[in-house]
Amino acid sequence: MIVMRQKPLEEILNSLGDAESVLIVGCDGCAGIYQVGGQKQAEMMEALLEIGKKLRQKKDLKVKPLTLLRQCDLRMVATGLRPLIEDYQAVLSLACGVGVQTIAQVFEDKIVVPANDTKFIGMEDRELGNLYEYCRACGDCVLYETGGICPVARCAKSIKNGPCGGQAKGKCEVGNYTRDCAWVLIWESLKKKGRLDSFAKFRPPEDRAEKAQPGEIKSGAEG
Amino acid sequence: MAREAYSQLMKAINEKKFVFTGEIEPLKTTDPHEIIEVAKAHLGYAVACNVTDNPKSCAYMSSLVASYIIQKETGMEAVYQLCVRDRNRLALFSDVLGAAALGIRNILSLSGDHTTFSDNPGAKPVYDLDSAQLVYMVRKAVDEGKDLMGLPIERPPKLHIGMAGNPNADPLEPELLKIDRKVKIGADFMQTQVVFEMDRTKSFLKEMGRYDIPVIVGTFPCKSYGVADFFNKNIPGVSVPSDFMDKLKKASEIKDKVARASRYDEINIEFFTDFIRELKKTTHAAGCHIMAVGYERLVKPLVENVQRTSA
Repeated sequence: MIVMRQKPLEEILNSLGDAESVLIVGCDGCAGIYQVGGQKQAEMMEALLEIGKKLRQKKDLKVKPLTLLRQCDLRMVATGLRPLIEDYQAVLSLACGVGVQTIAQVFEDKIVVPANDTKFIGMEDRELGNLYEYCRACGDCVLYETGGICPVARCAKSIKNGPCGGQAKGKCEVGNYTRDCAWVLIWESLKKKGRLDSFAKFRPPEDRAEKAQPGEIKSGAEG
Repeated sequence: MAREAYSQLMKAINEKKFVFTGEIEPLKTTDPHEIIEVAKAHLGYAVACNVTDNPKSCAYMSSLVASYIIQKETGMEAVYQLCVRDRNRLALFSDVLGAAALGIRNILSLSGDHTTFSDNPGAKPVYDLDSAQLVYMVRKAVDEGKDLMGLPIERPPKLHIGMAGNPNADPLEPELLKIDRKVKIGADFMQTQVVFEMDRTKSFLKEMGRYDIPVIVGTFPCKSYGVADFFNKNIPGVSVPSDFMDKLKKASEIKDKVARASRYDEINIEFFTDFIRELKKTTHAAGCHIMAVGYERLVKPLVENVQRTSA
């Protein structure tokens, strides 16, 4: 799931600037699930913008909240926002960066403002209420070799032949020994599975050519 | 089987001499005076000196340039430390060729302290290659005369590639498996992290016995009680023996600055002479890496004392 965090209200207000009408668009995908950008948050944002209006002594501000099923779907965005969007100067997207861009692509003349910072692809531990980055979408998955723990996302150096010298008692020096060292986790996992040969294996430099350019999967293409 | 020696360091190791290496830290300056003086303080006592590459991720004078300067100005051989943190494979490869062209014969492959420790913490960490992959790249260049893509190098580099090892790692097993990987890829020598405890050093060296790699054990003379205390409290896994700590603590109470410094020197010379003599006598260590950063005055009397008392 794509993990987001709401930007400070001041930044959002600054970005909206002098816009007199704002369509707040939530997303029921990742943003809704993580409760940063669903219908409820869109309504809360409406209230926040009302407060902002008073704080900034604005005369008029027309605001309407709504939510789309998925803002990362070009057709859903086009059909879901048209024709309503024509009555608004600006759109405040409560989705991830993909949602913001999709709206901006469909409605070229609108000012589209992100309400969130898109952080990472992560896992949620509901008991602790924590979110952890688990995938970097590197395009070259090694999880079988690494016992189900991603060194790209979970090692601070993203190295493929760890651990580095910065682990102590299984914790990583980056973040002052509060996070687990991914390579110690990998070692533990492979050990439990009787697969330490996979740990000891040298992984040569990876081909980064694909990730060095914008990702694209064409219709009908296999890769 | 030992490879052909291109450097004085590797030549001495191949001749089974117990080697000493030193440490030189270029700082945030364009003035080479200090590194030249530190290199001179090691002449005749260390066969080579490591030249650090932006330690703690701080942006300092290039270790490649500093390595060249100390070799040219003093004749001290450099172990050019090269971190994969700051350069992608193109830059690393260019620097390896450049180093060889400048007469540098030893490189130490390091991942490097993470950029979050930096004096410029907003920097992007690169890690296009990791330190094992850098060893692989250099091995390919030296042995096959090719780059990572297999493209030929005109006049391939002749130099040695070293690796780091951490006797203090806890758990130790993944560290040993990592070392196994790098040795198999073809690292020429190993320099270890700082270690103060002889028992730990011996058990690590025993583990290293199964590999065909010369191990140079890292030591860090403590210029003051504060330095030793810092190691004890802040460097995970490092434990400074209590009798050494006690002596340093007592010395720290000496009011007269000159007398205090002199007492610190005595304590360090005594402790590290015993440590190094024990290494020489009872282990297969190829040598000792003396990280006397800011304390280079100790190198001469320490090495002389080791040589005198082991003769």
